[in-house]
Amino acid sequence: MSSFLARIADGDVLITDGATGTYLQQNGLEPGGCPEEFNSDHPEVIRGMAEAYFAAGSDMVETNSFGGSRYMLAKYGHGERVEELNRLAAELARSAAPEGCFVLGSIGPTGEILAEKGGTADSEEMYGVFKEQARGLAAGGVDAVCIETMSDLTGEMSLAIRAVKEATGLPVVATLCFDRGPRGLFTMMGDTPQSASEALTEMGADVVGSNCGIAIGDMIDVIGAMRQATDRPILTHINAGIPRIEAGEIVYPDSPEYMADQMERVVAAGANLVGGCCGTGPEYVRAFVSRLRGTAP
Amino acid sequence: MAELADIPNEFIKNELDEFVEREDERAELIDLYSRSAPHLLEIGAAILSGRNEDADRLTVEALERGTGALEVMDDGLIAGMALVGIKFRENFIFVPEVLACARAMKAGMVHIEPILSASGIEPLAKVIMGTVKGDLHDIGKNLCIMLLRGAGFEVIDLGVDTSADEFIDAVEEHGATLVGMSALLTTTMPNMGRTIDAFIDADVRDDVKIMVGGAPVTPEFADEMGADAYGDNAVECVQVAKRLAGVAG
Repeated sequence: MSSFLARIADGDVLITDGATGTYLQQNGLEPGGCPEEFNSDHPEVIRGMAEAYFAAGSDMVETNSFGGSRYMLAKYGHGERVEELNRLAAELARSAAPEGCFVLGSIGPTGEILAEKGGTADSEEMYGVFKEQARGLAAGGVDAVCIETMSDLTGEMSLAIRAVKEATGLPVVATLCFDRGPRGLFTMMGDTPQSASEALTEMGADVVGSNCGIAIGDMIDVIGAMRQATDRPILTHINAGIPRIEAGEIVYPDSPEYMADQMERVVAAGANLVGGCCGTGPEYVRAFVSRLRGTAP
Repeated sequence: MAELADIPNEFIKNELDEFVEREDERAELIDLYSRSAPHLLEIGAAILSGRNEDADRLTVEALERGTGALEVMDDGLIAGMALVGIKFRENFIFVPEVLACARAMKAGMVHIEPILSASGIEPLAKVIMGTVKGDLHDIGKNLCIMLLRGAGFEVIDLGVDTSADEFIDAVEEHGATLVGMSALLTTTMPNMGRTIDAFIDADVRDDVKIMVGGAPVTPEFADEMGADAYGDNAVECVQVAKRLAGVAG
């Protein structure tokens, strides 16, 4: 068993990191800029981010590679830099990781809809795109790959899980994005947390879960439903609430203290690895560590 | 007053009965479908089932037997998409199904559009749609465009990363009266407000109604930036567009 999966199997609740995009925006990323470009152009910012999260008590951080697929990078003219930018993302996080801490290689959605789901993307091509990104992350030394914020369980997510396993053999964390509609919690493609949890387990994800999209109250419902259908560890990365505008500024309403207060319920619902998504930063991780471990780093 | 039993198509009747729960919408759709010719409801049923080859064939057949293009569009294609929109809003169907329905609608619409434009029949309104500057996300915007076209709007799609000048130029070039802006990122959302400001600076703000949407956008934010309307999802986008264009809906 990999040391990452062995650490989870020890049974402690592990604390991951907070948002990447939010941190980068506070550290020079222009609106609409390419986050992955920072891996080559501002490595000190990317390493500093990992250091800040580890200093706050993170057991693991994610790499700055959420939009590191060929599909996404090509939009910024970096389609030929997939291997390089993903490898750098992994190396920078790795270089900041203390002994016994982990690095998760982030893979986000391609932004494409597969032809079989009514879009235009070719599934073989998408499979290859995920393999390419996963190889870059593996070359940079990640402990596992976190495929996240996915909406298409049976298409895009399934391809990504197979591609990462095939290309790297690394443990796979697979998290989906749900939204609350009039009839409950669904992905954009119509899967429920329970059916998704079952399917992710069958697809061979080593860790399943959910991130982004909803505030912590709804996420507790998602995790509870996913727990009903799997014995795999569950990871969740939760937004600091739904953003709103105050005096022209974008504000995430949920404070570190509020989210930390709710984290015990997230764990009780079945989560084994917890962290923040959009709007969260190192101060959130510090609050989670303090609440769940009873000690501040 | 028309009743459910008056709808001359079993499939449409059952779909309406099963999936349309709001009383006002039920009444409105029962009224619409009970007045529609059976061969046009067949088109609606084909769209609702995502059968694009049938939608294509049935539309051609309806035109060949002399049904007017406008009637085929309103009572066939648009009538079918009306149920699609409601089923989507209520979580009975999801994005893949909507895309399949939209493709079926498009298969019929290609036969209608040339006839309408040749006979000088105007669309409900011309809508300029785009994702704002700096934002490369278009899944939600594209869904809105499909439903807008399905409702009878002419849509000019400016794609992603659209500058204020591109919006303004397109409005002037096409004589559009509606503009729809989308953003997925919180960081690019403020570019909606900047685009509206550019319309004011260019002295063309009063020529158009502007609607906004996207995951992080809220009604409050839409207000604050000076938009005319906000839509929470693709179905609301169509309702908002109809309201802004001054047509019933």
